[in-house]
Amino acid sequence: MRTLKNIGQYFLLLGKVFKKPEKGRIYAKMVLREINDLGSSSLGIVVFISIFMGAVVAIQMYNNIKDSVLLIPNDYIGHATKMILILEFSPTIISIILAGKVGSLIASSIGTMRTTEQIDALEVMGVNSVSFLILPKIIACILFNPLLILISLSLGLFGGWISGEITGNWSSAEYITGIQMQNTSFFYWYCILKTIVFAFVIVTIPAYFGYFVKGGSLEVGKASTQAVVWTCVLIIVLDLLITQMMLS
Amino acid sequence: MIEVHDLKKSFQDTDVLKGISVAFERGKTNLIIGQSGSGKTVFLKCLLGLIEPSSGEIFYEGVNSRDMDFNRRKTLRAKIGTVFQGNALFDSMTVSENISFPLMMFTSQSEHEMKDKVDQVLERVRLEGVHHKYPSELSGGMQKRVAIARAIVNNPKFLFCDEPNSGLDPKTAIVIDNLIHELTLEYNTTTIINTHDMNSVMEIGEKIIFLKDGFKGWEGNAIEILKTENQMVVDFIYSSNLFQRIRRSLLNDEFRLINIYPPPNHIIL
Repeated sequence: MRTLKNIGQYFLLLGKVFKKPEKGRIYAKMVLREINDLGSSSLGIVVFISIFMGAVVAIQMYNNIKDSVLLIPNDYIGHATKMILILEFSPTIISIILAGKVGSLIASSIGTMRTTEQIDALEVMGVNSVSFLILPKIIACILFNPLLILISLSLGLFGGWISGEITGNWSSAEYITGIQMQNTSFFYWYCILKTIVFAFVIVTIPAYFGYFVKGGSLEVGKASTQAVVWTCVLIIVLDLLITQMMLS
Repeated sequence: MIEVHDLKKSFQDTDVLKGISVAFERGKTNLIIGQSGSGKTVFLKCLLGLIEPSSGEIFYEGVNSRDMDFNRRKTLRAKIGTVFQGNALFDSMTVSENISFPLMMFTSQSEHEMKDKVDQVLERVRLEGVHHKYPSELSGGMQKRVAIARAIVNNPKFLFCDEPNSGLDPKTAIVIDNLIHELTLEYNTTTIINTHDMNSVMEIGEKIIFLKDGFKGWEGNAIEILKTENQMVVDFIYSSNLFQRIRRSLLNDEFRLINIYPPPNHIIL
């Protein structure tokens, strides 16, 4: 019953998010600010994780190919790494990492605004606080997360190349040939679509938990944790649903 | 002017407001006092429209809030200035941005006009050189002044203050009280202050409403509260032995009463 109530409350909140903004100019400024706060500030962790994960994926591919009874050329290391990055690693794993970083920031900042009466102040002024606080974040993440994912994809491939150079297990030429192997552009659209859906979830679920927080700093902390957990759960479930719908 | 008729509010099985009727006049500082849990904050939030009352009516300048459509409510809210207990300044904005926020949202003033207005209200609350500071860089008293500046920047008709003195030292608290009182006269606002600070009661209490367990227990002004025989008010105001002795002493000498607590000019004895 409580879960149903929460789901209903979440969709009512979404209804308020998409009401016409009071002043478009101010919202545009807010979007730029959110791109900086939520997007650009995540660049460091995305770069770091992508390079290392790309390297790990490439090494694992090499081991699988080496141990295989089939004679699979080393070219496929680059190809398999690319496909893993496009299909799963970059859109899903990076989104889960962003759920932790950005989601906790959103839940705690909106939750703190609730407990310190800043949201009440907006409401008293006649501002649609839901739209004002959440819509710019949604737009910022939907615009910027695909860019982050493309950066992640590129750096993941770079990480795979570096690992080959360091270990000497496969050559640059083999790896690059593998990367250049054809695959349908549909996979890129699948990657971008997943990223956009996950970006929406990464903002709205933590915003929901933050907006309806009651109490003090302890409750804000709990809301932040719950927000991250539920965002990750939803990303995994949606990943399965989208994959089933688009690739099955 | 704000008139309240038989306002009631319940949360599940708990009746918090049990039928309050009162009129708050324009150009006066109206104080709501009462113990913690007496319903002061809920009452104020009902007036602010943050909580929907269970029953009863609230009239703003003669217009029933229940008869207002979305646009009229929005227009009304643009005329309300609020100072929250914890100031509720936006952490991510500078002092200037905080103050100009209502102007940005509800007026079509140019950047230059807004800057002039911000300078004007900051000067009015006697704060200078803080334009580019963030709320976290200011002291409690300065934050309160910024909150007041934000509340008055849009020339409000109604000014609501929830515990404006909480967390302030007695001297700063008096400065804030006097500032709110001056602004009430200057802007001719209907000012409603939620407080349990007895300094405020004596300094600026032109109209005082005492709430007790969700009821209006008493109504009067700063002078009348000294003389009242209402036991609930006496127990609340003069809860310490020292205050009880002072009250007895004052009541025994009408002349001293008037000299020790000179009423504000506008209170007619």
